[in-house]
Amino acid sequence: MKRSQEHKGMHTGLLALLTAAVALLAWELVVRVSQLPAFILPGPGIVWARLLTALADGSLLRHLWVTLQEVLLGLALGTLVASLLGYWLARSPRWERLLAPFVVASQSVPIVALAPLLVIWFGPGLLSKTLICALIVFFPILINTIIGLKSVPQDLRDLMRSLQASRAQTLRLLELPAALPVLLGGLRIGATLSVIGAVVGELVGADRGLGFLINVGRGQYDTALVFVAVFALVAMALALYGLVVLAERRWLWWQQRSNSLALLSGEQ
Amino acid sequence: MSAATTAPFLSVEKLSASFADRTGQLSVLRNLSFSVPRGQFVCVLGPSGAGKSTLLRLLAGLLPTNAGRILFAGEPVRGPQAGVGLVFQDANLMPWRSALDNVALPLELRNNPDAIDRAWDMLQLVGLQGFELALPSELSGGMAQRVAIGRALVQDPQLLLLDEPFGSLDALTREKMGEELLRIWELEHKTVVMVTHDINEALYLADRVLVLGKRPASIKLDMPVKLARPRTPQLRYSPAFGRMAARLRAAIE
Ligand SMILES: Nc1ncnc2c1ncn2[C@@H]1O[C@H](COP(=O)(O)OP(=O)(O)OP(=O)(O)O)[C@@H](O)[C@H]1O
Ligand SMILES: [Mg+2]
Repeated sequence: MKRSQEHKGMHTGLLALLTAAVALLAWELVVRVSQLPAFILPGPGIVWARLLTALADGSLLRHLWVTLQEVLLGLALGTLVASLLGYWLARSPRWERLLAPFVVASQSVPIVALAPLLVIWFGPGLLSKTLICALIVFFPILINTIIGLKSVPQDLRDLMRSLQASRAQTLRLLELPAALPVLLGGLRIGATLSVIGAVVGELVGADRGLGFLINVGRGQYDTALVFVAVFALVAMALALYGLVVLAERRWLWWQQRSNSLALLSGEQ
Repeated sequence: MSAATTAPFLSVEKLSASFADRTGQLSVLRNLSFSVPRGQFVCVLGPSGAGKSTLLRLLAGLLPTNAGRILFAGEPVRGPQAGVGLVFQDANLMPWRSALDNVALPLELRNNPDAIDRAWDMLQLVGLQGFELALPSELSGGMAQRVAIGRALVQDPQLLLLDEPFGSLDALTREKMGEELLRIWELEHKTVVMVTHDINEALYLADRVLVLGKRPASIKLDMPVKLARPRTPQLRYSPAFGRMAARLRAAIE
C-alpha cells in the first residue's frame, strides 16, 4: 500500500518534469520558427540569463520579498476578519439573511476597479496592497467558514450540549476540527487569490514589488524581465498553495486521503 | 432505604410536548406520567414517530418542556445536566478522535487529569482492548456503538439514556450487544431508560417496559418484566417470555 503510493508519487513527479520539458521545447521552437524579436517573445535561454542577473543584483529577491509581505499580510488580515464574521453569521441566521445580499453584491465590484481607489486613499505602499489582498481573500474565506460551521453534525452539537461544554470548548473541540476541511479549502483558494490581489495593486500604483517589476520591464522593452517576474509570481502562488496542502495533510490525517498527491481534490 | 431516597429517582409528571410545523402545532407527547426508581432498567417501545426520541431528548434536557415537568433526583430538569449519559441511535463519534479520545471527551471537558486512564479502563470494560487508538472509520458498527456506550458511562452517570443504541446493527450483533449491556449494567447498576423497537430486546433487558401509543402519545401499557436475573439467552424461548411478547405486540398495534 505504502510502497505503491510512493511509486505513484515518483510517477507523478516524473510526469510533471516531462511536461515542463515539453513546454520548454515548444517555447524554444516557437521562438525559432517565428523569429520574433526578443522584446516581443524572448526564448527560454534569454529569460534564464535575465533571471540570473536579476538574482545576482538582488533586485528579484527584493521585489519578491515586498510582494510576499503584501500577500501574507493581506491573507492573514482577510482570513482573520472573514472567519470572525463567518463564525458570527453562522450563529445568527437573522443577521446572515440581512447581510447576505450586501456581501454578495460587494462581490460584483471587480477588485481591479477598486484598486485605484485604495491606492489613492492609502498611498502606494504596503497598506493599500495589504487591503486589496485582504478584500480579495475575504469572500471565499467567509463563505467557507459559514459552510464549514453549518456542516457540523447536529447530533455532535447535541452531544456537546448534553455534556455541558462551554462555547469555547465547543469551538475548539468540535466546530474547529469538524469545519477544518472546508476552512482549509477556503484558505487554498484564498492563498492564490491573495497573490493576484498584490499584483493588481502593484500594477495600479507602486514603486516596488513584482507587479512593479513587470511595469518596469514593459516600459524598458525588457520583456525577459516580465517573464522572470511572472515566473516568480507563479512560483510564489504554487508555494503558498503547497503550504496549505501540507497543512491539510498534517491536520486532516484522519480523513485518510486515498491519493495524498491529488493536488486539486483535497476533499474526497 | 432512608426517607430521602423513597422519592422516585426520575419522575415525569403530566408531560406534553409539541413542535411548530407548517400547519401549526404538532402535538407529540400528551399528558405523559411515570416514575422510575433508582437502579431500574426501563425500555420504551412504541410505533415509529410516536415521540420516543423526543421523550429521551426531554429527559436529557436537550429540549425544553412546554407543559408538565421532569424531576431528576428531586430537582426539575431545566437543561443538560451532569449525571446523565446519553447514547444516540448511530454512534455519533468524532471522526478525528481515536476510540480512546472519544471516550475521554466527557472527562476532558471537565478538565479531569485522569481522563485518558479512565477512558482506557472503560474501553477494556466494553471489550475494545487493542482498539484504543483506532479511528471511528476503522471500527465496525458494533464496535463504534461500544465506544459510544463507553463514552456515556465514563463520567459515571446516575442515569443512562439510550435511543435505539443497536438500531443500526444486524440481529446477531444486536443480541450480543444486549448481553454486553446487561453485563455492564449488572456491574455498575445504573438507572437506564432505553428506547428500542425490538420487543424481544426490551423483554430480555428490562425490569419494566413502557409502551407509547400513536401520536400524540401517552403511556398505553406499563408492564413489569418479572424474569429472574441474571438473564440467559435461553430465556427468549420460555413460555412466560412468549406471553409477555404477545401482550406487548398487541399493545403496539
Ligand atoms: N425538531 C423537530 N421539529 C419538528 N418536528 C419534530 C422534531 N423532532 C421530532 N419531530 C416530530 O415529532 C414526532 C416524533 O418524533 P420522534 O423522533 O420523537 O419519534 P420516534 O418515536 O423516536 O420515532 P422513530 O421510532 O422513528 O425514531 C415526529 O412526527 C417528528 O416528525
Ligand atoms: Mg427515534
